[in-house]
Amino acid sequence: MIIDHPILGPRDSSEFVYLGDACLIDRPDPLDRNAEKLFYEYQYLRDNIAGPMQELWYHEQGDRSWLVVTRNTVTHEISKVELAREVSRSRGRSK
Amino acid sequence: MAFSALKILKEGFTGNRGWSPHWRDPVLKKEYDIIIIGAGGHGLATAYYLARNHGITNIAVLEKGWIGSGNIGRNTTIIRSNYMLPGNQPFYELSMKLWEGLEQDFNYNAMVSQRGILNLSHSDAQHDAYARRGNAMHLTKSGAVLLDKSGVQKMCPFLDFDNARFPVKGGIWQPRGGSVRHDAVAWGYARGADSRGVDLIQNCEVTGFQIKNGVCFGVETSRGPIKAKKVGMCVAGSSGVLAGKAGMRLPIESHVLQAFVTEGLKPIIPGVITFGAGHFYVSQSDKGGLVFGGDIDGYNSYAQRGNLPVVEDVVEGGMAIMPMIGRARLLRSWGGIMDMSMDGSPFIDKTHIEGLFFNGGWCYGGFKATPASGYCYAHLLATEKPHPVSERMRLDRFKFGGQFDEKGVGAQPNLH
Ligand SMILES: Cc1cc2nc3c(=O)[nH]c(=O)nc-3n(C[C@H](O)[C@H](O)[C@H](O)COP(=O)(O)OP(=O)(O)OC[C@H]3O[C@@H](n4cnc5c(N)ncnc54)[C@H](O)[C@@H]3O)c2cc1C
Repeated sequence: MIIDHPILGPRDSSEFVYLGDACLIDRPDPLDRNAEKLFYEYQYLRDNIAGPMQELWYHEQGDRSWLVVTRNTVTHEISKVELAREVSRSRGRSK
Repeated sequence: MAFSALKILKEGFTGNRGWSPHWRDPVLKKEYDIIIIGAGGHGLATAYYLARNHGITNIAVLEKGWIGSGNIGRNTTIIRSNYMLPGNQPFYELSMKLWEGLEQDFNYNAMVSQRGILNLSHSDAQHDAYARRGNAMHLTKSGAVLLDKSGVQKMCPFLDFDNARFPVKGGIWQPRGGSVRHDAVAWGYARGADSRGVDLIQNCEVTGFQIKNGVCFGVETSRGPIKAKKVGMCVAGSSGVLAGKAGMRLPIESHVLQAFVTEGLKPIIPGVITFGAGHFYVSQSDKGGLVFGGDIDGYNSYAQRGNLPVVEDVVEGGMAIMPMIGRARLLRSWGGIMDMSMDGSPFIDKTHIEGLFFNGGWCYGGFKATPASGYCYAHLLATEKPHPVSERMRLDRFKFGGQFDEKGVGAQPNLH
């Protein structure tokens, strides 16, 4: 698989480390009343999508950026690559 | 139709005209006592033990493809009971005992071959860890022999003992480990279940569940709705998709694992050899092919095929520990979809929906578990109580710190 890095251009996926579903960006609030339940679900439960899925890849052998890659888990086709920083900003998370 | 040496001899002399199909092609009924979803090894074994141990035979096993089309027909056929943790080892030892009596039990030649499994060690620390594992194995009387370098040399003189990065220091040997003909396991259980009255329904995909007020009373399928008092999911790599249809999210990700086989060679590999440090393991099939594999590709996948970097990684591991493998030509490679759980351990449990049960999370190690998984799942489905050796395999264990992570690598499927 080739990941088209938004800054570095096309890179082999073996340069990356895979973390999983990009829902991991949405870390629960530890002060929430239901924090225990929310963290259990965040840490352990997955949608495990068959089809297009947003996922987190870390460019360990490169510029060490985190990317959100939209990839079809049935065909391995990659349709979109974004910087995770920008995705989480657009979700109102990071400053 | 029972198999015996006499019958084979007689058929051999009379043109093999006396054999009949191994199972029926039954008419689908509108209602069953129990529906099992997925006719892989585990689903078929469950049906078999429900009939054999619990006398329940009004069962349908629903399979979206054909029998043996999933991981049961794609794995590298290794069996062993060399685990360590209390939640695992007694279960895998039960499985090993069932393997040892399986062929007599279901009257089918599954080619159970206990030629042993050797895990290599490369440092004092690893050797100590193997001593500890061996002691844990002795607690369940599973048998384990700690080997030093010369012990391994006697067994496998062809390894690269002086490898610069991973010199071979010794290993742990389980003589009762080995391999089994994977397809024959599916066929043997299928035939055994069918002959006791279980309906095996192929080309019948489950597309949804009939659930009302927290109670499951049937399934929707590509061949119409079917009612059942109890429904057991048993679909390995498809667990996430199927459970999603019941509104459940699981502690499971689906990943692809690849395997490889070379042309047939003369006998050379004594049993199963695992080179964990280099992500490589190998055995030799009865036809002579070297059957080998390594790690999962490491990203979510339902594609049943992997990518080239892992092919390279596995082959490099093989070349490092066993340089002679470079002379063998690769015949085939393939992939299967693994139900990778968060702690690397499986689930055999009820769900929060009454009448709906779950079996899955087998990662890359569910073949060896086939007999015990069927045995324990049948126990759970019949009695609604977990079998003692599988009682820790709970679906909700991460809620209360009940995970058992055999390798101690953490809560991420691609680390296991
Ligand atoms: C390359 C590879 C090597 C492996 N090596 C080993 C090994 O050496 N030792 C070991 O112990 N394990 C090994 N495994 C793991 C082992 O094969 C699996 O853990 C085990 O086979 C899973 O259980 P099963 O046989 O029931 O799965 P499967 O055979 O996959 O059965 C699941 C069935 O469910 C069906 N299904 C799915 N969705 C539906 C639906 N909606 N409706 C109806 N049916 C459905 C599928 O078609 C499939 O037939 C390996 C796996 C792979 C891929």
